[in-house]
Order: sequence, then C-alpha cells, then structure tokens
Amino acid sequence: MGLLSNKNKEVLASPLSKNNPVIVQMLGICSALAVTSKLEPSIVMGLSVVGVVAFANVIISLLRNTIPNRIRIIVQLVVVAALVTIVSEVLKAFAYDVNKQLSVFVGLIITNCILMGRLEAFALGNGPWESFLDGIGNGAGYAIILVIVGFFRELLGSGTLLGIQVIPDIFYEWGYVNNGLMILPPMALIVVAVIIWVHRSRNRELQEN
Amino acid sequence: MKALRNYLDKIKPNFEEGGKLHMFQSVFDGVETFLFVPNSTSKSGVHIHDAVDSKRTMTMVIYALIPALLFGMYNTGYQHYLAIGQDPGFLMTFVYGLLAVLPKIVVSYGVGLGIEFVVAQWKKEEIQEGFLVSGILIPMIIPVDTPLWMIGVATAFAVVFAKEVFGGTGYNVFNVALVTRAFLFFAYPAAMSGDQVWVRTGDTFGIGVGQLVDGFSGATPLGQISVAGKEMIGSFHTVDILGQPLTQCDMFFGLIPGSIGETSTLAILLGAALLLFTRVASWKIMLSVFIGGLCTSGLFNLIGTTVPMNVSPVDQILLGGFAFGAVFMATDPVTAARTETGKYIYGFLIGAMAIIIRVLNPGYPEGMMLAILLMNIFAPLIDYYVVEANIKRRLKREVK
Repeated sequence: MGLLSNKNKEVLASPLSKNNPVIVQMLGICSALAVTSKLEPSIVMGLSVVGVVAFANVIISLLRNTIPNRIRIIVQLVVVAALVTIVSEVLKAFAYDVNKQLSVFVGLIITNCILMGRLEAFALGNGPWESFLDGIGNGAGYAIILVIVGFFRELLGSGTLLGIQVIPDIFYEWGYVNNGLMILPPMALIVVAVIIWVHRSRNRELQEN
Repeated sequence: MKALRNYLDKIKPNFEEGGKLHMFQSVFDGVETFLFVPNSTSKSGVHIHDAVDSKRTMTMVIYALIPALLFGMYNTGYQHYLAIGQDPGFLMTFVYGLLAVLPKIVVSYGVGLGIEFVVAQWKKEEIQEGFLVSGILIPMIIPVDTPLWMIGVATAFAVVFAKEVFGGTGYNVFNVALVTRAFLFFAYPAAMSGDQVWVRTGDTFGIGVGQLVDGFSGATPLGQISVAGKEMIGSFHTVDILGQPLTQCDMFFGLIPGSIGETSTLAILLGAALLLFTRVASWKIMLSVFIGGLCTSGLFNLIGTTVPMNVSPVDQILLGGFAFGAVFMATDPVTAARTETGKYIYGFLIGAMAIIIRVLNPGYPEGMMLAILLMNIFAPLIDYYVVEANIKRRLKREVK
C-alpha cells in the first residue's frame, strides 16, 4: 500500500469538500463564528486546529490497541489537552497579538467537536499514517471555511485584509461605509449559511429531500 | 380602463407558450393580475371565490399607508424649513419632502421587485405580490437622510435572507421591512441613529438651500428622553428641533422629527380605520399592542427612578414608531400569531417589550422594531400552546 494510495487520497481530500466538517457535518460552528471577524486570527486558528487534529490523530492511532475502551475518552482528552497547551504556549511566544485576539478560543480547541469526532470515528480504527492524513484533511477543511468567512467579514466589515486597508479611500469619500453587522457574530452565521448554500447547489448529492 | 384591458389582451399571446416573449411570462402575469382581478375559476371542487385575493389585500394596506406617507413627506419638508428658518408655504414644503422621499421609494421597489421578478423568472413561478407592501413600508421607517445605496443593500439582504430563503411570500418568519431596518440599524448605526439623521439639513435637488438657525438640534423626542440624566426628573421636557417644548397635541399630529412615516399618530389612525373597516388587519392585535404599551409604561411610572420611566403612557404610544408598528407591522398576517387567543398574547407582549426596551436599555431609544422582530419568533410557539390548551380543554369535556 503506497503512502498516497487512492484510498489515502480520498481520506485526505474528502473533508475538503464532500465531507467538510463545518459545512457538511456542521461541527466546530461555534469557534468558526467567534474568531472570524478578522482574517489573521482565522488563519492562525485554522492552522492551530490542523496541527492539533493531525497530531492527536497520530498519537491516538498509535495508542489505539493499548487504550482500554472504558477510559478512552479520558485518554483522548489528555492527549488533546496536552497538544492544545503546546499550541497555546507557542502562540503566546511567537504571535502574542493574535493569541490575545483568539483569547479563550485557543484553549477551547479542546472542546471542538471535530477533534473528538475524528479521534472516535477514525483514529481509533486506523493506522497512524492514515490518521495523520485524516487529521490534516479535516483540519484543512475547517481552516478553509474559517479563512473564507474571515476574508469576507474583514473585507466588508473593516475594509481591510490582514490589517491592511484594501478598499480605497476614494470609496469612503463617495459615501461608502463599512458594514458594522459583518463584525457581529450573527453575520458569521449568515456567511457560513451562504457558503453552505453555494456548496450544496454545486453538489446535488448533498441536498436533503 | 377598457383600453388597458384591450391592450393587455392584445399583447398577451406574445407571452404564452411559443410566443416570442415567453421568457417574460411571469412578469406579464404579475402585471396583469395586479391590474385586474384574474377571472380564472377552479376546475373542480369548490366554486366560491372571493374577489379579494392577496393582491387586493395588499393594495388595501397601501391605501391605508397613504395618509402617513403624504404626511411624512410634508413633515420632512416642514422640519427642514424649520431648521433653516424659512417658510416657503405649504406647497414648497410638500414638494421638498416629496423629492426627498421619492428616490427612497424608487430604490426600495426597484431592488425588491427586481429580485422578486428575477427569482420568479428563474424558478418559473408566478410573481408573488408580497413586496408590494414591504416596498412602501421600508422608506417610511427609516430616517430621511439614509443614503440610497444603503437602502438598496439592506432591501436586497432582507428580500433574500428574510423571505426567499424561507420559501417566498407567505412563508417568511420575520417581517421583511423590519429586517431591512434592523440590517440598516446594526450595519450602519451612524446613518440610522443619533441626532444627525432625522432632519435633512441640506438641500434636495437644489431646493431649500439655507443656513441652519442657531439652537438647532436634530434629536428625536425619544432620543432626548434616553439621554436625559436622573437629575432632570421633574424638570424634563421633550422639545422640538428649535428647543420649544412639545405638547401631546404636537406628538399626536406629528410635526416632530423621526422616521419618515412614523411621526403622525393621526395619519396612522386614519390608515388603521381603513384597515379595520375592510377587516384586512386584526383589531385584536392592534388593541392589545396599545394595551400592552400603556400597562407597561404605567407600571414604569410607578417605579419612576429615571427619566424614561417617568414618560407618561400616552406619550409613549404617541412617540416614535409605536403606533406605526402596532398598526402596520404587528398586524402583518404572515408573521403574527394566527389563533384568536394567540393574537391577544402576541400583541400585548409586543407593546410590553417595546416599552421595556425603550425604558431599560439606553442603547435603544426606540424598541418597537426589536419588539416586533422578537415576537415574530415567538408567534408560532404562542399558536402551538393555544392550540394545545384548546385540545386539552376539549379532551376534558369528553372524559366527563
């Protein structure tokens, strides 16, 4: 079995679209609403989740034959909590500003449903390499949605991208005003809804009857 | 009238199957059924038809809105000329307001009906008439200085996300016009609240150029109430834009700053009379909104530790959008409660919530919009429990 056999490619690629954790499985919505008012924290949050899911998957996959079934949730939590603490410390050391913007939501990666979902559904039953790919795929699927939402919210809500003003001053002189609703959480929900709308209209097999 | 009918009949074949303009069939159908009551009859089953279909109902609401709209135009001009200290006579005052309000109506209808027409063409459905009323309500519930592009954006947002995604006319959970206003209120707060937006101080198409008089302040009475400090209890008076005290008579006739259509309780009551006479709107909802408002503000009067609490119940229902919301928004048959008992509960809670928001939250001088939107969510729940209670009562009777 090659490192990137067809099955492994599927494991890596399906969470990006057809089986996306946010817009198809509806997991991790809470943090997707909370951290996406600017693009930069969205990217950092996405990367953090990619790292945590990937490595948690690998560790649990390696331990899967030794973990007693009755206490597996506790073991998973310990692993995830350790990884999240590492990510949190790294952010504090190298990206303090972003860490402050993300505030509690870095710590709350522990409670992100995507993590427990992948550990329970995939890592406990598959080898470390597949689990790693699955973690990368699901983390990236989550990150993509965060970046898209963050992009639109920062562009329309603040007129900037990554903190740099992109809407020219002349627009403001003509009377353009940034949309304050974009900064508020409800609009994140509507942006996610629009993404889901577009996604489902392009993938008919996902539409519910 | 006859000529119009003949003309429609003449061009009709173009829009039918095989005609060269068939792709615009739904547009033609929409216009035709708007102008004339359709004479189609059912092919089977019940044969009794009421001539008053939903397009005729909607038209009645628009007639009812006309007094408030015309008065709103006049008041727009009146406030403007008061602010610049001129008196150009009744006609010019009205023309100024007409020119200030008309572009808003055009934008609101243009964007809203545009989306409706496109969606109807695309889904090959009949054009639904729901936007007829929303389109005229939107310009009436916003400040006169709202930029047109904002109205366009907000209308598009509301029609798509408050109506079309729920399934179109008749399926919306929230009042479309109020969603438009809520969108504007939260997205562009600087253009929707504060002291600067309620009176147009600039000219309109070159009419009404002038300098502001000294002592001008554009705050609405509710705005003044919400910022008045505790030390002003007893000495507080609402004033007009030049600082003259307002009487209840002024508030009733409505020559005060505010959103375009909401200021005159008299004009709104004329509309209400028409709606009630034709039985288009429910008197139960209207009445209970007012009772809810009066009771709640009376209760706050008894506590009376801040200026907003001390505003008399009659002032509360005369000021701001209370009467407008009660008559034209709360009674929207789609978003209101449907059961007869439910209507009383729904209306009462709207009135009560509006006053609670006004009095207790200094961030929102006006609470009617949020109160109605909030109760829109609860309307199905109210109906559910009213029906449940009825079932229980009848079951009990059966067991005996």
